Amino acid sequence: MLFHRLVQTAVRRGIGVPTYRTFCSQLSQFDSAQQLQKAKASKPKDVLSPRQENDRPSTTYDFTTHLEIVDPTKDPVIPAYRVMDTNGTLLRGSERDLLLDEKSIVKMYHTMGEVAALDHILMQAQRHGRVSFHMQNAGEEALQVGSAAALEPQDHIFSQYRELGVFLWRGFDMQQVAHQCLSNAEDLGKGKQMPMHFGCGKLNMYTISSPLTTQLPQAAGCAYALKRRNTDACVMCYFGDGAASEGDFHAAMNFASTLDCPVIFFCRNNGWAISTPVSEQYRGDGILSRAKGYGMKGLRVDGNDMFAVHEATREARKYAVNQSRPVLIEAMSYRRGHHSTSDDSTTYRLSEELDWWAHNDCPAKRVRLHLEKRDVWDSEMEAEMRTMHKKKVLKCLGTAEKTLKPNISELFTDVYAEMPERLKRQQNDLEEHLKKYGTEYNLSKYQS
Amino acid sequence: MSVVALRKCLPARRTARVLYRAINTEVKSKVEADGMQPVETRKMNLFTAVNDALDLAMKQDDEVILFGEDVKFGGVFRCAVGLNEKYGNERVFNTPLCEQGIVGFGIGVAAAGAIPIAEIQFADYIFPAFDQIVNEAAKYRYRSGNEFNTGGLTIRTPYGAVGHGGLYHSQSPEAFFCHAAGVKVVVPRSPSQAKGLLLSSIFSPDPVVFMEPKWLYRTSVEEVPLGDYRIPLDKAEVVREGMDVTLVGWGAQIKVLEAAADMARDKLAISCEIIDLRTLSPWDEDTVAMSVEKTGTL
Repeated sequence: MLFHRLVQTAVRRGIGVPTYRTFCSQLSQFDSAQQLQKAKASKPKDVLSPRQENDRPSTTYDFTTHLEIVDPTKDPVIPAYRVMDTNGTLLRGSERDLLLDEKSIVKMYHTMGEVAALDHILMQAQRHGRVSFHMQNAGEEALQVGSAAALEPQDHIFSQYRELGVFLWRGFDMQQVAHQCLSNAEDLGKGKQMPMHFGCGKLNMYTISSPLTTQLPQAAGCAYALKRRNTDACVMCYFGDGAASEGDFHAAMNFASTLDCPVIFFCRNNGWAISTPVSEQYRGDGILSRAKGYGMKGLRVDGNDMFAVHEATREARKYAVNQSRPVLIEAMSYRRGHHSTSDDSTTYRLSEELDWWAHNDCPAKRVRLHLEKRDVWDSEMEAEMRTMHKKKVLKCLGTAEKTLKPNISELFTDVYAEMPERLKRQQNDLEEHLKKYGTEYNLSKYQS
Repeated sequence: MSVVALRKCLPARRTARVLYRAINTEVKSKVEADGMQPVETRKMNLFTAVNDALDLAMKQDDEVILFGEDVKFGGVFRCAVGLNEKYGNERVFNTPLCEQGIVGFGIGVAAAGAIPIAEIQFADYIFPAFDQIVNEAAKYRYRSGNEFNTGGLTIRTPYGAVGHGGLYHSQSPEAFFCHAAGVKVVVPRSPSQAKGLLLSSIFSPDPVVFMEPKWLYRTSVEEVPLGDYRIPLDKAEVVREGMDVTLVGWGAQIKVLEAAADMARDKLAISCEIIDLRTLSPWDEDTVAMSVEKTGTL
């Protein structure tokens, strides 16, 4: 009966006739050699013996007498899915095929505008010493908002650090962004991390951490747990082209595929990892070509085409949820800003390159032109929106600056679920120290 | 009454002895709570005790899952024997051969609120997972302001010398993880300790690295109480009382300390106090301090 079940599994998985070795792996309950021998003797005659076919792996394959060392560079480069050209004209189908009404598109465009406004002002704020650090999102607004708009509230999201549009769309508003960037007492993270490392339990958005790619295998695990609960949810996991070189990428892809995890791996291929261009990051056909190696479905999309990203994410989500399978989306885009405020990209790339992208393939401009073609938008509304966003950002920044930093005792909280004795003693020691020498510190900045 | 207050009114050695009894009272296991009925036990070695703990954990909470390399057929050290047959492929399964994946995956499961038990086949191979353990699991709660945590995660791994293991099947890397605040490091010295500590670790609200002394998997045999019982984390145990010197250790080394203490008593007339830390991080400073105040020598 055990072998019958095994054959069923094998046929379902398409691995052909199970080998004797596979059969034996099920026999964990036999802990005496005699019992094992007895089981071996009773195996059906049509099972292949390992002595006949050495090391046959679990996939079926034919044999060939033609010797060829296969060259993958001969394969055609996988095309990127695009729905709208760089001038906002739909390339095929009609506006109805977008499955987005005008109101939604305008809302998405507004969110892209919010990203731009926050980016611009926080960048300046850092240069003026008002904020310690910032990472821009310029150039990736469409892939952020387009993908986020295709997800459901019950989906869980893991991010890298360049997904501000995803947070804003989900409901992590500008004020919360400002609080986190100012590391004040209103920050959900209690001021413990660098700016732009957001997280929010209510929105199912896991707190960002600086180490790259660590979120990928975590996303696979989270998806596995959600799958076990039979929820209509998937996990969305963002990462960049550089992060895809880390070992955790391989671990995550392999685990997600072998364990059937409903996760969308969304790669923001923006051409640069700080100063390292993609030509120095990988030799294959981008990140998407790797999905095949893991037996995983995937697609490449024009990351600057908000509608293509939205549709691709929608389809990927449907597949991930219905089939409980992972899928890889590679969104091709361009990082228009520096890596961060600690970087000066003029030292390693030409301004002509930046200009080209700004003029020829601007994600925000493409949506705007599309909306203008539909007579839903004009330059007056554009100016109005920009003014409104700028005002809102400045207001949020001002409020955040006036808010006190967290109580200093928060240094010791949340290391463990319950504070251990050692930390309680350290906390007390610090309190005593500050009572004596508090004037040496700028204590007025902190909540007391 | 605080240590300081007591110290003021009693002579040093007596203080220590009085407080010993008070602080070092072992939290009695659930089954022994009433102290009246004889507890039903079964002879178990360490891997059978671990197996029993895993079985009890999986029985009481559907969110407990167990995975790692070769876990499905029972594990290379037989700790997971029978569990896949009992709980199915969804809850007890093999993962690909990738420690950073095993722990990273486990962190994700825990962050989603479930209770993953991730097995690393040998502690010698835990290093690819070091980034995930130190930078992620240990810091998940702190860095998110308690929006998220990986409390449900337990990483189990056999550690320590076994005689023939060489450089890569014998390592004791527990100290590396003692310097990652946020993760607990727990090491049992015997089957009954292993079962109680593992159950506490699995259901602890903090991520735990649980190191099982492989030398003791088969060699350490005890009558282990049946049923669910917990041994508290963060608490050391005075395994033997003594007056002259305090010996602190954990895991397989406790037996060595006991043998050394016997020799010291017989040959040198020195009475040794032996403390098993059990939880290495955060460790029970009070119990060790008390002991050293009594003996004067660590």
